[in-house]
Amino acid sequence: MTVTKTDARVTAAGGGEPAAAAEPAGPARSERLTALVQQHGALAVLVVVSLVASFSFDSFATGDNVGNMATSSAFLAIVALGMTFVIITGGIDLSVGSLFALGGVLAAWGSRHGTLVALLLPLVVCGAIGVVNGLLVARSRLAPFIVTLAAMLGARGLMLALTDEGANTYLIGKGSFLAELGQGSVLGIGNPVWITLALFVAGAVVLRRTRFGQHVYAVGGNEDAAALMGAPVARTKILVYTLSGVLAGLAGALNAAWLASGVTILGNGMELEAISAVVIGGTLLTGGLGYVSGSLVGVLLLKVIQNVINQIGSLDSSYQQVVSGAFLAVVVVAQTWLGRRRQLM
Amino acid sequence: MAEATVRTVALDRTRVLQWLQTYGVYAGVALLLVVNIVITPHFLTAENFRTQAVQVAPVIIVALGMALVIGTEGVDLSVGAVMALAASVTALYLGYGLLPALLVVAVFSAGVGLANGALVAFVGVQPIVATLALMVGGRGLALVLLPQLEDLRNPALASLGSGDVLGVPYLILIAAVLALLVAFVVRRTTFGRQLLAIGDSRPAAQLAGLPVRRVLIVVYVVCALLAAVAGVLATARLQASDPTSLGNLMELSAITAVVVGGTPLTGGRVNIAGTVAGAVLIQLLTATLIKHDLPPSWTQIAQAIVIVCAVYAARGRGKR
Repeated sequence: MTVTKTDARVTAAGGGEPAAAAEPAGPARSERLTALVQQHGALAVLVVVSLVASFSFDSFATGDNVGNMATSSAFLAIVALGMTFVIITGGIDLSVGSLFALGGVLAAWGSRHGTLVALLLPLVVCGAIGVVNGLLVARSRLAPFIVTLAAMLGARGLMLALTDEGANTYLIGKGSFLAELGQGSVLGIGNPVWITLALFVAGAVVLRRTRFGQHVYAVGGNEDAAALMGAPVARTKILVYTLSGVLAGLAGALNAAWLASGVTILGNGMELEAISAVVIGGTLLTGGLGYVSGSLVGVLLLKVIQNVINQIGSLDSSYQQVVSGAFLAVVVVAQTWLGRRRQLM
Repeated sequence: MAEATVRTVALDRTRVLQWLQTYGVYAGVALLLVVNIVITPHFLTAENFRTQAVQVAPVIIVALGMALVIGTEGVDLSVGAVMALAASVTALYLGYGLLPALLVVAVFSAGVGLANGALVAFVGVQPIVATLALMVGGRGLALVLLPQLEDLRNPALASLGSGDVLGVPYLILIAAVLALLVAFVVRRTTFGRQLLAIGDSRPAAQLAGLPVRRVLIVVYVVCALLAAVAGVLATARLQASDPTSLGNLMELSAITAVVVGGTPLTGGRVNIAGTVAGAVLIQLLTATLIKHDLPPSWTQIAQAIVIVCAVYAARGRGKR
């Protein structure tokens, strides 16, 4: 590791601990402001964009549109939740898009053998691939980028092999419990949204209030220091990749239940969307600092922007990609600048 | 006694891994060639070799640029998008003639490289994220410029794609010349040495007074230009511009070729001959599976296994 990277991680870890920011002097206040912008900047942008959109387009703030946005955000959000854990440890998981597709196909394929099989099969298989990712990263010390890249290819290959090269689409029976889980709603809000909210609350509690959560921050802040302090570095890494795999599989299964079929072309580029959402939400790619809530806001922001572009009917949908790319670039520059500001103070 | 045995075994294992890391890719290519000559009908024909080489040429060209970027401990995810962008721009300006169109392509792709390089060198964004933005935005731009597949009828472009000199297609000649050029730059020029020094340790290179930012920007611009060349050549071969699927997953193929060829992702070392062999290895592997009617899904799984094995063999080499 290079000198600057280690320094950045130490500082980032210091910022991640709420107690470390409790110095009462002048610079500390400025640092708190910077931290506030880094953590909640995306939320402010989301509120502004949503307000402007609801004034500009009559169809934006309708119950139907908001409900659709919420449900379609749910699946990406679940994937981004796992990605947040991985990125806080300083890693990256490029296999989630493939695992999402694989999870959906497995759920639809397994639905013939009952809901339990349909739900457990994606979790077990995608979780197992996550374990392999974690083992190769943590025990064999291979670069997370390349390990999960291989897993991305392998998992997509497996998914294609299961579906006769994508020619075969498995359906989920109407009226089954699985279909109800994806398509039903409680209090007018779709089940996937409730499940996502519950997972995010659980994720926030795990990250902020448990020993495992502390280890995740410590490993990302400074791996060597974490090991010296007795944190189980390898175990923590294996667990975060497993978690990411399980959540991607679950998101795929829920999505299949929502669509009533395991669609093979889904999940392409989803890893990049998830990474974008996590970065927009204020999580540092260098590790050691990050927020679960930020990732949720990041997903919503991406989906609102997509929706706004769709509302402008005259705009071609390929502008969506241009705007997303430009937006990501601006956010990354801002986050890097804020991160450096905090490091200097 | 027991201790000595253990030591010998351990030593042998390291040696085997080192040998595999340096020569594994060539051994793999040789093995696949032999296997194919024995079991694949019509493999040992000039026509087949020509087809395989023409198919692998664009991958080699993109992988050359990727090798330079990886040498600086970076990575460029936008190469596939740049290929699509180059194809769209070629189609748009082909009416003015091939050369003017190529000039516009060069300007566009240099702009992408400049943006990548500036984000990495001046803002200090991690390469994977910096190039991610243009990977998404670049393909979007390609689609905005040219929304669907378009047939290109231009004699100059057609002869670039299918012409040859003494039976050797232009595509292969261009790939070979570029590979030699890049290898020369890495091994024999100050720029090459600076590039490797930055990949080895950027802080050290900065302290030594190397023009770190300038070198990084040039590296990303060169990578984008090479990707654009590959995009134009692929377009010339197909005689059509396909902004949706041209260069899709090319970043993965290029990274795989570089890594399988023995260039560590940790930077500081670049192996150009290995990179070319890595691209050929993957091409042969795919061709072997396809020629024996094995489904494409097997190719992806096989490619995944090859990547993990290559990186595993490379473990511990390069810097710590």
